[in-house]
Amino acid sequence: MKTEFVKLIDTTLCTACRGCQVACKQWNEMPGLRTKQWGSYQNPPDLQWNTWTLIRFQEYAPKEGDFKWLFRKDGCMHCTDAACVKVCPSGALYHTEYGTVGLHHEKCIGCKYCISACPFDVPRYDRATDKVYKCDLCYTRLQGDQQPACVKSCPTGALTIGPKDAMIKKAYARVKELGGDANVYGDKFVGGTHVIYVLGEKAEVYEGLPKNPSVPVTTVLWKDILKPLSLLAAGGVVAGSFLHYIIHGPKLPDEDQGQDTKGGE
Amino acid sequence: MTNHYCDIKNSDCILIMGSNAAEHHPIAFKWILRARELNGAKIIHVDPRYTRTSARCDYHVPLRSGTDIAFLGGMIHYIIENNKYFKDYVVNYTNAPFIVGPDFNFQDGLFSGYDPEKRKYNKDTWVLEKDDAGIPKRDMTLSDPRCVFQMLKAHYSRYTLDKVSSITGVSKENLLKVYSEYSATGVPDKAGTECYALGWTHHTVGSQNIRTMAIIQLLLGNMGIAGGGINALRGEPNVQGSTDHCILYGNLPGYLKMHVASLDTLEKYLHKYTPESKDPQSANYYSNYPKFHVSFLKSMFDDKATAENEFGYPWLPKLDDGVAYSLMHLFDKMYEGKVKGLFSVANDPAVSSPNAGKVRKALEKLDWLVGENIFNNETYEFWRGPGVDPKKIKTEVFLLPASATMEKEGSQSNSGRWVQWKYKAAEAPGDAIPVGEMTLKIMDAVKELYAKEGGVHPEPILNLKWDYTDSKGRFDALKVSKQINGYFLQDTVIEDKAKGTTTTFKKGQLVPTFGNLQADGSTSSGNWIMAGSFTADGENKMMKRGKEDPTGLGLFPNWSFAWPVNRRVIYNRASCDIYGKPYNPKRKLLEWVGDKWVGDVPDGPWPPMADKEKGKYPFIMKTDGVGALFGPGMVEGPFPEHYEPLEGPLTKNPMSSQLINPAIEIFKGELDKVANASEKYPYVCTTYSCTEHWCSGALTRWQAWLLEAMPELYIEIGDLLAKEKGIQNGQRVKVSSIRGSVECVAMVTKRFTPFQVEGKTVHQVGLPFNYGWLFPKDGGDSTNLLTPTVGDANTFCPEYKAFMVNVERA
Repeated sequence: MKTEFVKLIDTTLCTACRGCQVACKQWNEMPGLRTKQWGSYQNPPDLQWNTWTLIRFQEYAPKEGDFKWLFRKDGCMHCTDAACVKVCPSGALYHTEYGTVGLHHEKCIGCKYCISACPFDVPRYDRATDKVYKCDLCYTRLQGDQQPACVKSCPTGALTIGPKDAMIKKAYARVKELGGDANVYGDKFVGGTHVIYVLGEKAEVYEGLPKNPSVPVTTVLWKDILKPLSLLAAGGVVAGSFLHYIIHGPKLPDEDQGQDTKGGE
Repeated sequence: MTNHYCDIKNSDCILIMGSNAAEHHPIAFKWILRARELNGAKIIHVDPRYTRTSARCDYHVPLRSGTDIAFLGGMIHYIIENNKYFKDYVVNYTNAPFIVGPDFNFQDGLFSGYDPEKRKYNKDTWVLEKDDAGIPKRDMTLSDPRCVFQMLKAHYSRYTLDKVSSITGVSKENLLKVYSEYSATGVPDKAGTECYALGWTHHTVGSQNIRTMAIIQLLLGNMGIAGGGINALRGEPNVQGSTDHCILYGNLPGYLKMHVASLDTLEKYLHKYTPESKDPQSANYYSNYPKFHVSFLKSMFDDKATAENEFGYPWLPKLDDGVAYSLMHLFDKMYEGKVKGLFSVANDPAVSSPNAGKVRKALEKLDWLVGENIFNNETYEFWRGPGVDPKKIKTEVFLLPASATMEKEGSQSNSGRWVQWKYKAAEAPGDAIPVGEMTLKIMDAVKELYAKEGGVHPEPILNLKWDYTDSKGRFDALKVSKQINGYFLQDTVIEDKAKGTTTTFKKGQLVPTFGNLQADGSTSSGNWIMAGSFTADGENKMMKRGKEDPTGLGLFPNWSFAWPVNRRVIYNRASCDIYGKPYNPKRKLLEWVGDKWVGDVPDGPWPPMADKEKGKYPFIMKTDGVGALFGPGMVEGPFPEHYEPLEGPLTKNPMSSQLINPAIEIFKGELDKVANASEKYPYVCTTYSCTEHWCSGALTRWQAWLLEAMPELYIEIGDLLAKEKGIQNGQRVKVSSIRGSVECVAMVTKRFTPFQVEGKTVHQVGLPFNYGWLFPKDGGDSTNLLTPTVGDANTFCPEYKAFMVNVERA
């Protein structure tokens, strides 16, 4: 492996200008789709097949202290212990030499297992192409010694990228400087993510951000126990069916993510 | 900007008021954040609405739209009462010690000399007393009751905490917090700066909003220093460049005054605008006015302009005396049927002008309309707009496709007065050409017609210097820029008295500084402040990209050209004491080292003012050489005073019997309706842009990524008001003023909170002005269907930021 990279998102420097959101679409040649104003600056309302990164806007009025408007850039966290890579049956999702999670689109079979497995609810399916999409941390740009498009576009330094150890050190130094509830998010679970946050508030304050993300038990069961077994057994089909059941369970991915109409503030 | 973007990092306290910097100047905002990182600077946001800027500031203070002068007047009161002003600076570098004339007075909201019928002041009593030698009288102890300082103190003693809180809706606690924090910069080693934008200019008291802050900055010694100043954040529309090059009707290039009818000879004109000072220590730099103006005339008419024909002065158009020609006047006259044709270049007034309903009706009166733009827009399509029957429109409309900014070469000026050369990045599509080229082609045709057929008043057209094309007949931006810089029109010997040297320039060389311009017709300069953007031998300094930073203050003197004469911080001599020693040695902008200044390009070479023989005062562009706490140049009075917006929630101004600015012009056409303190329109409304769109949205609405991010018109409405009105987040609502209405989506938010004003609860709402009916079809129409036709008394900048509406579920 080459140098492991970590992208640091310092939410306390983010002005939610959404330069990153647009730059991502530009570099990755993703279209802008017609949306509706739904009572929020957050648009599209959620991540979708053509939106790999999104600024989430959240009005936060704590019981004590001042009102705050929280901005969080959402997108793939590039886990070391990546559930999506574990469950991907076609090898489309993989770990790159930078430790990030890449996606070979030509290999994606549209099975959506990754969607169910992801603890951060990141991958999105597009029915028209029958494929799943997500951020690859601008893999080709990294190969060309370029920063990811989002980092390049950030005017305030809220987004930076560099070698893993240095970035984690930087994150902790920043948190120390900020004091209060500021904390580092990402280095302590799923083997350490390659996108980490400096959060101004406690993690549980942020909507949609899991407090203790982990690889689903079912994924572990499949990857580490059943999958090796099924390869041995002649009755692989049976195991495969069982896998489908345990992975999907009651949670079904939305088939029409192109126009998500999820409400809320 | 008196300073520049990078310089904001040098500040200790940044007051963002009248600006939503993070959203509208996202790149600039990094310098604001850097000040916090480097100096632990406090960042304060005072604004009616909690915005993305507020989210990154130390704290946000909500203030009712249109009450900035009350807020700042209270700060002046606080600074003086609590002795927070920088005394050495105030005594030496401002007109605080000057004595105000005996007949000047202020009573119940009016200064002396008011004519209520004309809504104008006679300024004869707004004068400073002079001694027998014609030098302003001074009381250096600041104790004379008629000295400016005491008059200022008395004027703002009325702005008590209670009063200000009741007008602005800001709690006393918040007022004190801002006042004490900001006024802590009134010491030699601290710098405070102010960032404003359209939130201050879009008011009937816009210019006075800024002047009130100028008074504060002078009191605190924050002008002319690193990390200080008053910084207008201007935008991508090249606002700085366009004002430098006279986009305002009352200006000629370089802020020279437009000609008026009563000044019918060059002599009269120059006499009127060339200030005189008898004080030997005042540089009074504008005494060079004739050099700048005659050089401008030479740039227009070249060798056709001679001393005998007043350098062509009679050929140029003259404004009628006392008549304004702003955009609002233009559409007012058009509505009356007095305007036959319109060139609408790079704008979309059917969306962007106040009272857009009136503007759209006015366009129907035109015989012809020419649009020059990169996209079609609501103005060029007015003849088939909402409610318009194309069959009934007589106007002939032409739309000429223009190339976009990145499709052409030229200069662009940023807010910090840096004029930077940019290069063409791509070919324009189809038939699109630069608007400069369109102008050349049209004028070529007009000149040809005049030559062939003659016509009324042909001299200015036939004598106009007009050779701005390259060898292929295309618009040549470099040629135009050189003409703007100016040339020596004959061999000239320039004597430098200070250095005791002489330099000879050849005819045809470029003028390397405006100090070399002449009033005898031997030099030309299309815009004197740009003289020096080239070297004498033609090196284009706007192309310079050196990153050296010798002072460590981020002046970057070798990056582009900054007018004037590459000075990065104007009035910079005021950063030193009267002996030329920097007030703050840690941020040494300039220092007098015995025989010269070292650091930034100084405001003139003269020694500091302690040298009674050769020394000069620091504010060299002011006739008296000092900063003006008493500012008689303003039309509504030498001291800013709080007046309510044209349309507001109050029937009485808590400060005086003058409800609104006494000097604003009231438009009285049938569509200029006003509903002050009306039960029908009970909510204060303001309009603004968003990060994702640009101005009227005429360019950005066609961009799918930006439209996806901000798809349609919305109104931000506080959760308390929404509850009261039964409006849910995301619901469609109708917003109406007495002039018109728009439908849009409600964004219910905690970021708008009600104000307690004069004992009652006042709600404020706000809408972006980025949408129009043409595209997208379901994106909503212009919020300017709501706004009133009224503007600032000095500039006629429209009052987009404070008027009254109602909001109902659609």
